[in-house]
Amino acid sequence: MRILSLAGRRLAASIPTLFLILIGVFLLLQLAPGDTVDAMMAQMGGGDAATARELRRFYGLDVSVPVQLANYLWRLVRLDLGFSAIYGKPVASVILERLPPTLLLMTSALSFAFFFGLVFGVIAARGVNRWPDTLISTVGLIFYATPSFWFGLMAIVVFSIYLQWLPAGGFEDIGTVSTGLWRVLDIASHLVLPSLTLGLIFLAIYLRIMRASMLEVLNLDFIRTARAKGLDETRIITRHVLRNALLPMVTLIGLQAGTMLGGSVVVETVFSLPGLGRLAYESVVQRDLNTLLGIVFVSALLVIAVNFITDLLYARLDPRITAEN
Amino acid sequence: MNSSRFEITRRTALLTSAAIAANVANPLRAFAQETPRKGGVFNVHYGAEQRQLNPSLQASTGVYIIGGKIQENLVDLDAKGQPVGVLAESWEATPDGKTITFKLRKGITWHDGKPFTSEDVAFTAMNMWKKILNYGSTLQLFLTAVDTPDPQTAIFRYERPMPLNLLLRALPDLGYVSAKHIYESGDIRQNPANLAPVGTGPFKFVKYERGQYIIAERNADYWRPNAPYLDRIVWKVITDRAAAAAQMEAGELHYSPFSGLTISDMARLGKDKRFIVSTKGNEGNARTNTLEFNVRRKELSDVKVRRAIAHAINVPFFIENFLGDFAKIGTGPIPSTSTDFYPGADTPQYPYDKAKAAALLDEAGYKRAAGGTRFSLKLLPAPWGEDISLWSTFIQQSLGEVGIAVEIVRNDGGGFLKQVYDEHAFDLATGWHQYRNDPAVSTTVWYRSGQPKGAPWTNQWGWDDAKIDKIIDDAATEVDPAKRKALYADFVREANTELPVWMPIEQIFVTVITAKARNHSNTPRWGSSSWHDLWLSS
Repeated sequence: MRILSLAGRRLAASIPTLFLILIGVFLLLQLAPGDTVDAMMAQMGGGDAATARELRRFYGLDVSVPVQLANYLWRLVRLDLGFSAIYGKPVASVILERLPPTLLLMTSALSFAFFFGLVFGVIAARGVNRWPDTLISTVGLIFYATPSFWFGLMAIVVFSIYLQWLPAGGFEDIGTVSTGLWRVLDIASHLVLPSLTLGLIFLAIYLRIMRASMLEVLNLDFIRTARAKGLDETRIITRHVLRNALLPMVTLIGLQAGTMLGGSVVVETVFSLPGLGRLAYESVVQRDLNTLLGIVFVSALLVIAVNFITDLLYARLDPRITAEN
Repeated sequence: MNSSRFEITRRTALLTSAAIAANVANPLRAFAQETPRKGGVFNVHYGAEQRQLNPSLQASTGVYIIGGKIQENLVDLDAKGQPVGVLAESWEATPDGKTITFKLRKGITWHDGKPFTSEDVAFTAMNMWKKILNYGSTLQLFLTAVDTPDPQTAIFRYERPMPLNLLLRALPDLGYVSAKHIYESGDIRQNPANLAPVGTGPFKFVKYERGQYIIAERNADYWRPNAPYLDRIVWKVITDRAAAAAQMEAGELHYSPFSGLTISDMARLGKDKRFIVSTKGNEGNARTNTLEFNVRRKELSDVKVRRAIAHAINVPFFIENFLGDFAKIGTGPIPSTSTDFYPGADTPQYPYDKAKAAALLDEAGYKRAAGGTRFSLKLLPAPWGEDISLWSTFIQQSLGEVGIAVEIVRNDGGGFLKQVYDEHAFDLATGWHQYRNDPAVSTTVWYRSGQPKGAPWTNQWGWDDAKIDKIIDDAATEVDPAKRKALYADFVREANTELPVWMPIEQIFVTVITAKARNHSNTPRWGSSSWHDLWLSS
């Protein structure tokens, strides 16, 4: 399989990139003034010199920066992500706890954006320059231009405070202990608003891309041929245009999986979701190097995995990619 | 994290301060005498997660708000702000002030069923308060031993006299007791009980989900009769202030402590009948806004320049237009809420007077140059609150008018502490000074010379004054309360004369709580207290 070896090669090429990213983040964080003990003192709102000295020793901040970096990389080679200063547990288990909400949020927001972006993109392209197109494009632009934290807060005001349909925040209901299907439904109800908030911004991008790529494909020769041989419009769209127009959309998913991890910091904060984005923000503020590097590592792995799947999807959509030359 | 985006404009601040004023006047809406109701879940806003929950190891409101319900202190403050026994029943000091004896309450058990004894007090004092607890290590520096002749007696022995009043006013914050049998083996800082505390308090720890919530439930064997009333307390981790306000309105939160919401949201909820917005119950957590002068800078080493800077800033205008009734004019390092030590406003003050400021600067030899500027300064504001951010901008504009150009350099918490208190990379800095019931706990360190480099919230401005140092040292070991009070009045007078730090604004934290809560805000450190009598009406 040509595509597999292609994707495999890209996978191998991403390993040095991964190390460069980690070293970069490590050095970048050294530039930030203050260490995790300063951050902790800031959080405590008071402390004396003896306490600070004692804490620095406790967190092992007495060795030089190159030694700290070398120690970290050596641990990483042995797949040990180290110990988190803020959480007092291994970084791997901290991240594992936080991964499910982020993955759930990311998947639901991406699916929402992808599906509706596709549908509305097609509708807009078919009615190009007429009112459906203008309406969809304008609404899309508004979504794109609105900051996500504002969206989230407005959604809370409308759906949680006035209508009281959905919870205002959190990952699941703490008051009642539910199991099985009820727990799934409970978590789902908590994820509706955050997914919509995160998804709406990306929806606008997918919509524009889908519309543009539809219009481009619609003008190609083989579509004229399809029309000439007497196919009806619906069949042309579903069989001929859509499949070809999907390629840029799939590329975009691969690119945006990474962006979404970052974008979720804001949404996770507004909706008090215990996800990776908030953990990352917290570890920067707390100068918790191990946790931050662990998150960068896991996020990078996620992006690599998504890109790998994207590569495989290309092959499904466009047989020319797998064809031996 | 988003709170910075919600920084209010001057216009909204003006509008909201009026609303705050209307509400503060009558903080506790009157209600008829009701019979306390048992049961109910109390949901609390928890804004900043800490690394652990044990108040014997970390003195901060972020720990007390949870750990203070689960573990108890030897002494707390009553409604009038006077020390009242909790785990301790009575106390007495020898005349030389070197021995202080606590008699402990009988029949108290830890949540795991083991009895509470003087051994626990001795262990906590020697291994936690003296060695680990922030401020505790300073307070207990001269503690040499705690004797335990019987399970109900703990005798604290000091190398130098310890004023009983100082100890009793410090212990509400710095006197939480941990169980010896849980902490005696292994590293105290790594003990799993730090995140799953075991105490003697009215609520038992149940569960901590990092980044989400903490749950504690009613302790059925609590030593106070008929207490507590609540079935459960749930602390919800919500880092976004606007989102927390939304959850208050949606009824998912009952209480947001310690000014946890934005100024504009607090004002808005204050107008809503479902909530009470007030500073009551936070008097023990007074703080002052500061202006710290790095006297290593040649211009700032001249007291005339420091005084000119104070004269150039219109504090009443700032308070009226930006902070509303939650703040008032400060008169020095000891705030007016301190009934025991406040010396009055009869010390050198620096009212707004631009002409005088200009004259003082001319006199000091810093005439306006061609562009109208005398010299420039770098101002570092602490990132703790909206008020500091507004205050720093106000300083910048006020000083601009008298010819001092100010550049504002913003940092996050860790960065601010590092640059100001360790690297001394500032000319002016501004933040909060927290007053903890006695000047010797966390106030005099702002003025005493010889503070180790890197210790936050201490004199890192290069200030060295033998006269102030002597007053501070004398007061710290003076056992006669009247003489101590007089010494601290001298201290304030001297501090206001030399002005190494200017403390012109006094603030108290604001509580936002549901109108259904009863017996709330009834002590000066209510947010940190045990809530054994708190109940929710139906």
